[in-house]
Amino acid sequence: MHELTLAQIARGLADKTFSSEELTGALLARIAEHDGRLNSFISVTAERALAQARAADARRASGETGALLGAPVAHKDLFCTHGVRTTCASRMLENFEAPYNATVVEKLDAAGMVTLGKTNMDEFAMGSASENSHFGPVKNPWNLEHVPGGSSGGSAAAVAARLLPASTGTDTGGSIRQPAAFTNLTGLKPTYGRVSRWGMIAYASSLDQGGPLARTAEDCALLLQGMAGFDPKDSTSIDEPVPDFSAGLNTSLEGLSIGVPKEYFSPGLDPRIGDAVQATVAELQKLGARVVDISLPNLGHAIPAYYVIAPAEASSNLSRFDGVRFGYRCEHPADLTDLYKRSRGEGFGAEVQRRIMVGTYALSAGYYDAYYVKAQQVRRLIKNDFMAAFEQVDVILGPTTPNPAWKIGAKSADPVAAYLEDFYTITANMAGLPGLSMPAGFVDGLPVGVQLLAPYFQEGRLLNVAHRYQQVTDWHRRSPEGF
Amino acid sequence: MALERSDVEKIAHLARLGLNDADLPRTTDALNSILGLVDQMQAVDTQGIAPLAHPLEASQRLRPDQVTEHNQREAYQAIAPATENGLYLVPKVIE
Repeated sequence: MHELTLAQIARGLADKTFSSEELTGALLARIAEHDGRLNSFISVTAERALAQARAADARRASGETGALLGAPVAHKDLFCTHGVRTTCASRMLENFEAPYNATVVEKLDAAGMVTLGKTNMDEFAMGSASENSHFGPVKNPWNLEHVPGGSSGGSAAAVAARLLPASTGTDTGGSIRQPAAFTNLTGLKPTYGRVSRWGMIAYASSLDQGGPLARTAEDCALLLQGMAGFDPKDSTSIDEPVPDFSAGLNTSLEGLSIGVPKEYFSPGLDPRIGDAVQATVAELQKLGARVVDISLPNLGHAIPAYYVIAPAEASSNLSRFDGVRFGYRCEHPADLTDLYKRSRGEGFGAEVQRRIMVGTYALSAGYYDAYYVKAQQVRRLIKNDFMAAFEQVDVILGPTTPNPAWKIGAKSADPVAAYLEDFYTITANMAGLPGLSMPAGFVDGLPVGVQLLAPYFQEGRLLNVAHRYQQVTDWHRRSPEGF
Repeated sequence: MALERSDVEKIAHLARLGLNDADLPRTTDALNSILGLVDQMQAVDTQGIAPLAHPLEASQRLRPDQVTEHNQREAYQAIAPATENGLYLVPKVIE
């Protein structure tokens, strides 16, 4: 039962082959059996899940239908859930119970999804390995000595290990696509504003975007359908019609133009991943696509600019954690300043503190123009590169990551070494574009992802290309040994 | 320009982060390493380029001036570290 995809579950529930309660029980047993090795969950909500499953079965018995009704999901532990703690993998929020649900949670609950739990991640979504967690690192089911990527690493590891079919994640610089690549999943970061950020604990508000992780593009389409849509509660939500993502999955790729930027094949790229990219291109050509050489001249400037913009926004967003209104408070504060400083110093981990300080410095008097304004100018150059490229091509294709998943601890000593691994993913956040990573091979037994980028609001096109590719390849069907 | 230990202490104060003295050298090194990466962008020619704050260049939406939220003080204060009579408690500020 644990091998079923969301699409297969929808059929099974509709045909009454099994009930949501049976499925939920089976998956909860699997989590109990296997998650000790992975550490992919921070909270497992077994009783609540079984109650939701019975409610979904009752709705179905009374004639209701819906692809997600009774289907299981888990939420990255930064989506606020009323009645279940939301920790952001931080000591700061170790016992925080939000007084409301995130819009994404509200929508998926209403669609009848069954929440199995909250998944582990990098603290406040700051990281690319899911090692920066107060609850300990997440392991990659493909090799338990390696990281699963991050920051949505728990969401990825759990789905890759067949503990459940799909999960929610968020992506600020690659945090859905990179763990998807490292664990052989399909992961989609939608257009900025497509999925509501309300109740999604903020890291960098102009870059953050929620999206689905699953084993197939078809499943990502189903879950995104439930997550997407205009939300008046999110001031940057975009009021655009949401298409039927499943309806376009089978559209022919005849005549599709794929841009491959020459800058992607830089010395930092593992040549074996480069080969996997070329093999993917060849496969898509067989399906009727044509390839166009393009250029993204400002690609190399994206990481430096990102490490101004994201920390600057984080330093502002995380000022709300003050030890007064909610979250961690230090013992015996001497005065108000001591309360702020020790609550934040003891409540936040090292990487969060570093990014807050980089942002505070970049925004401080005398440095604002040299750092923040400069980074926003570079951001426009990056967006302009994409706008020019999308006048020539329908989608852009390349590697999701320069290297496969590294060993746990290998990049802990030097934060910058890990930052550079986001070379291919960060530009989509800077420009606000939708991006998808899909399985495209293996290197040393570790999965390789290929990334597709499309113009604004064309998530459907990304899902279409990935789905057609998954009809003629079987990388995405491979499962890790022992799970 | 590399940050000195005293710069890091000042930044930590501005950010209201209490750092351990023992961690300061390592934190200073890490911040300098990150700023070294960031400074690569100074080589980019951005003359005449307007800063981009929102990827789709959307501006803040307005809504009708109507009350849409009701008072939820009790729910919000239930998760606070210390409250009394509907107020948040902090150490004494004025003697």
